[in-house]
Amino acid sequence: MTMTAGAPVTQLMPFDEAIERFDPVLGLEVHVELNTATKMFCGCTTVFGKDPNTQTCPVCLGLPGALPVVNGAAVESAIRIGLALSCTIAPESTFARKNYFYPDMPKNYQISQYDEPLAVQGCVDVEVEGATYRIGIERAHMEEDTGKSLHVGGATGRIHGADHSLVDYNRAGIPLIEIVTKPIEATGRQAPLVARAYVAQLRDLLQELGVSDVRMEQGSLRCDVNVSLRDQPTAPYGTRTETKNVNSFRSIERAVRYEVSRQAAVLTAGGRVVQETRHWHEDTGITTAGRSKEQAEDYRYFDEPDLVPLAPSPEHVERLRRSLPEPPAVRRARFQSTWGFSDLEMRDIVGAGGLRLVEQTVDAGASPAAAKKWWLSELARRAHAAGTSLDELPISPAQVAAVQLLVDSGRVNDKLARQVLDGVMAGEGSPEEVVVSRGLEVVSDDGALSAAVDRAIAANPDVAEKIRAGKVAAAGALIGAVMKEMRGKADAARVRELVLQKLT
Amino acid sequence: MAEHTSSTSASLTLDDVARLARLARIDLTDAELDHLAPQLAVIVEAVAAVGEVAADDVPPTAHPLGFRNVTRADVVRPSLAPQEALTGAPAVEQQRFSVPRILEEEA
Amino acid sequence: MTDMWQLSALELDAALQAGEVSSVEATKAALDRIDGVDSALHAFLHVDAEGALDAAADADKRRSTGESTPLLGVPIAVKDVLATRGLPTTCGSRILQDWVPPYDATVVAKLKLAGMPILGKTNMDEFAMGSSTEHSAYGPTRNPWDLDRIPGGSGGGSAAAVAAHEAPLAIGTDTGGSVRQPSAVTGTVGVKPTYGGVSRYGLIALASSLDQAGPVARTVLDAALLHDVIAGHDPMDSTSVDTVWPSMAEAARNGSVGGLRIGVVKQLGGEGYQPGVRARFDDAVKLLVSAGADVVEVSCPHFEYALAAYYLILPSEASSNLAKFDAMRYGLRVLPEGGVNAETVMAATREAGFGDEVKRRIILGTFALSSGYYDAYYGQAQKVRTLICRDFAAAFEDCHVLISPTAPTTAFKFGDKLDDPLAMYLNDIATIPANLAGTPGLSLPSGLADEDSLPAGIQILAPAMQDARLYATAAPLESLLHDHLGGPVLDAVPALGASA
Repeated sequence: MTMTAGAPVTQLMPFDEAIERFDPVLGLEVHVELNTATKMFCGCTTVFGKDPNTQTCPVCLGLPGALPVVNGAAVESAIRIGLALSCTIAPESTFARKNYFYPDMPKNYQISQYDEPLAVQGCVDVEVEGATYRIGIERAHMEEDTGKSLHVGGATGRIHGADHSLVDYNRAGIPLIEIVTKPIEATGRQAPLVARAYVAQLRDLLQELGVSDVRMEQGSLRCDVNVSLRDQPTAPYGTRTETKNVNSFRSIERAVRYEVSRQAAVLTAGGRVVQETRHWHEDTGITTAGRSKEQAEDYRYFDEPDLVPLAPSPEHVERLRRSLPEPPAVRRARFQSTWGFSDLEMRDIVGAGGLRLVEQTVDAGASPAAAKKWWLSELARRAHAAGTSLDELPISPAQVAAVQLLVDSGRVNDKLARQVLDGVMAGEGSPEEVVVSRGLEVVSDDGALSAAVDRAIAANPDVAEKIRAGKVAAAGALIGAVMKEMRGKADAARVRELVLQKLT
Repeated sequence: MAEHTSSTSASLTLDDVARLARLARIDLTDAELDHLAPQLAVIVEAVAAVGEVAADDVPPTAHPLGFRNVTRADVVRPSLAPQEALTGAPAVEQQRFSVPRILEEEA
Repeated sequence: MTDMWQLSALELDAALQAGEVSSVEATKAALDRIDGVDSALHAFLHVDAEGALDAAADADKRRSTGESTPLLGVPIAVKDVLATRGLPTTCGSRILQDWVPPYDATVVAKLKLAGMPILGKTNMDEFAMGSSTEHSAYGPTRNPWDLDRIPGGSGGGSAAAVAAHEAPLAIGTDTGGSVRQPSAVTGTVGVKPTYGGVSRYGLIALASSLDQAGPVARTVLDAALLHDVIAGHDPMDSTSVDTVWPSMAEAARNGSVGGLRIGVVKQLGGEGYQPGVRARFDDAVKLLVSAGADVVEVSCPHFEYALAAYYLILPSEASSNLAKFDAMRYGLRVLPEGGVNAETVMAATREAGFGDEVKRRIILGTFALSSGYYDAYYGQAQKVRTLICRDFAAAFEDCHVLISPTAPTTAFKFGDKLDDPLAMYLNDIATIPANLAGTPGLSLPSGLADEDSLPAGIQILAPAMQDARLYATAAPLESLLHDHLGGPVLDAVPALGASA
């Protein structure tokens, strides 16, 4: 038997070929940081990005003697998440200690839930290219986040080669909900897109619930991707790998694709897939082997003796159920009828993860058509080029609406508007500020335009003659000349009017 | 670990104790292992007496008193000042706890 | 006239109330007594003279403005397992040497609120694991009755300090008998309240589901007064009982044993119990009967398995609770020879920082929770725990309180059981069931054993939440015993040299 897993150069099978030969099975574990005011088990604030170790207390530092007390608001958020995922809320659930040593974990155990999680057995439907996939939810449980380590002394800031590490416990104890899918089967070549669409939909749902900031770039939504292959859909599951911290939508898609290709190559070469944790490398788009799970850490779970069980009353659960926002399908139908889009248009918007962005752009004053146009053409192109998703672009729906308002008022044309978008995304300020600083405003001052038109007529006597002879269509050439002279900043409609005025 | 998982009658061997000490992050010396392992074997044998009680239909007790639903309001309380949080830290750098290099990523 | 340090808490409280002494004087007297005798005893790991005198001055000021809450200005010693802001807290362990907590345990905060000057921190078996204080990393405490003998454990420091009149009162913690057993072997009164009766916030956990802090005193009423100060709901402890407790002092003052139905637990006595301990217990039973109590034998068949269940549950929880001592954030850090990384530093520090008994129990707990063994060990122990709770419930259907000897023997000599862990564990055989069931227990001196003239203890057990019954039974029994013995047992404690 040859082992290719440890070979210096990782063999990959083209994705399409891999899917011809193997049936992929996925599993997704998503960690969501809740946006409660305080941590899971203490009253420290959860605000992101503050000075290190300014948001800690004896409890979240794990000082000897300190004790946890459950944040009731976090429990409510967790129940609402469970309900939104169509889960059953356990009449009684318990906290458990997951024991392992790691410097960013103050107590060397994580308070989590083990055999009695808060929410079980739910599902989510996601759409990919017109087909609906039902993703089973195994469980959603509560736990606490760890601190953050800065690795010092190595060349790259990465853990390997570092000399020592510096730990900040501000994040330690922030409430997390871990949402675990059942094995996702029968997705075939759509596996990467289904994985991505599921997480995107989860993100929308959590945003809708208002329970989390769901900012992947800030780590408030983190995804682990499990992938295994088997010869055929009826075969038992193959050995899976768990790729950790895949933290953008596009990366989720790429990571699934990569693991399918890698595992297919291993299996085809007669090797075996090693059950292990793998690390995702955003820059190179590959995964590399981490800790082998075959000598699995023994976490020695047991009931957390410092906490008592949760037993939400049926009335409490019902009250929370009534507070849930509109389900996504209902909401989509409502938008479609309000905006007047076709099924296909709606599918494009949803597929691109743009529903909320379009909604917010419309709310900010743009027409539905304009909102859709910017997000799905111009901005989608930029997102694709940058390898990121629409909502990760550094521009807000309100800013897009502001750009459209500039167009509507005639202050910029479409071409200039694109430059405004570039400026906003480059961090040059608001659309208004970009227009001013880049000098992008169209010239509609008749004096300047009229002079430019006169120069264009003088420079192109033959064209002018054609127009005088009634060939109005030839005006385009003169307008082009004016625009060129004005470096695109002329109001094209006004230029056309002036040309026709002078020559007809 | 795998070869041990099904056994329950085991009296602890030296290897078991060495493995458990590693799991508990205690760097026992050989002399200590020789000393502690037989003592632990005797203790494990003694506490295995719990297995003599027929308790298949008995629910476990994790807490002596049966409370439920103890939670607190989501209200911010003052944190420690960073210098208090870091008091007693063996090493501090950039207002962070300085720890020896970490070999492997964890969960 | 009696020296000030000899006064009970009640007597001192009365003297303070009458303006006959000040808290500063009383605190100074206690500190002088500590100065005089603690070099022989080693009950204290840390004495905070300055802090105690400041607190005493503050208490005097409060009294001068008309305050007169119970125990205001009465000094106290605190077991070194409770976090004290600005005062070293070591748990008797090398791994916490020089650690100074940035916060107060709730019990400590309550003492401060009550205006009780804290004299210092008392010695204990490392992380409260032991029955002799021989497992303290800082050397054992000696029993004031015989300096060659153990003062019990884990709270031997608190018990010895009270028995030797270094402090009128002390706080102990009881996970399997660590208040009651030291009290029994030092001739003092020790109480383990109902689990959740006293906040565990800031009590450095040994076994979270068993630990409970409680009073150590020279009389039942003194213990009751202290119990009233430290009990009560704490929102910082999820396992704290949300109730308003009745006054234990009232219960002690008004208690009577006439008509009380008292169960003698068949399984807690007999074989393995020292004859002198049994004789004093039998005497006490006779006194109770003569005073009109109805004494019957009750059987708690699963108590036979309590010790085994306890030595699975405790180490399991402890192995996890003590994982935080890892050299990363506080405490000792030992750099190993060879490769230094987080993992090797943790392992080297825990190797150097923990003593034998702590290592034994951590490894035992790691084993009991580990994959493949959990069901047969930890899981099964939790079921036995249920059966022990049921035994108690059945016994309390029939009886108001249960009684037994507190510990099977009087104080043994240093080294006798040090390398025989199982023999050491047997000291707790009578005290452990109450911890497993979360029920309250109290130990008071029953007299001196004939064969060695050392104190023996009698234990009273009550149903959960019925702590008042302990005092209502113990106070009249204490008075019966005083009459029978011709005075308090502690009157016979050696003087330990001249007072300062």
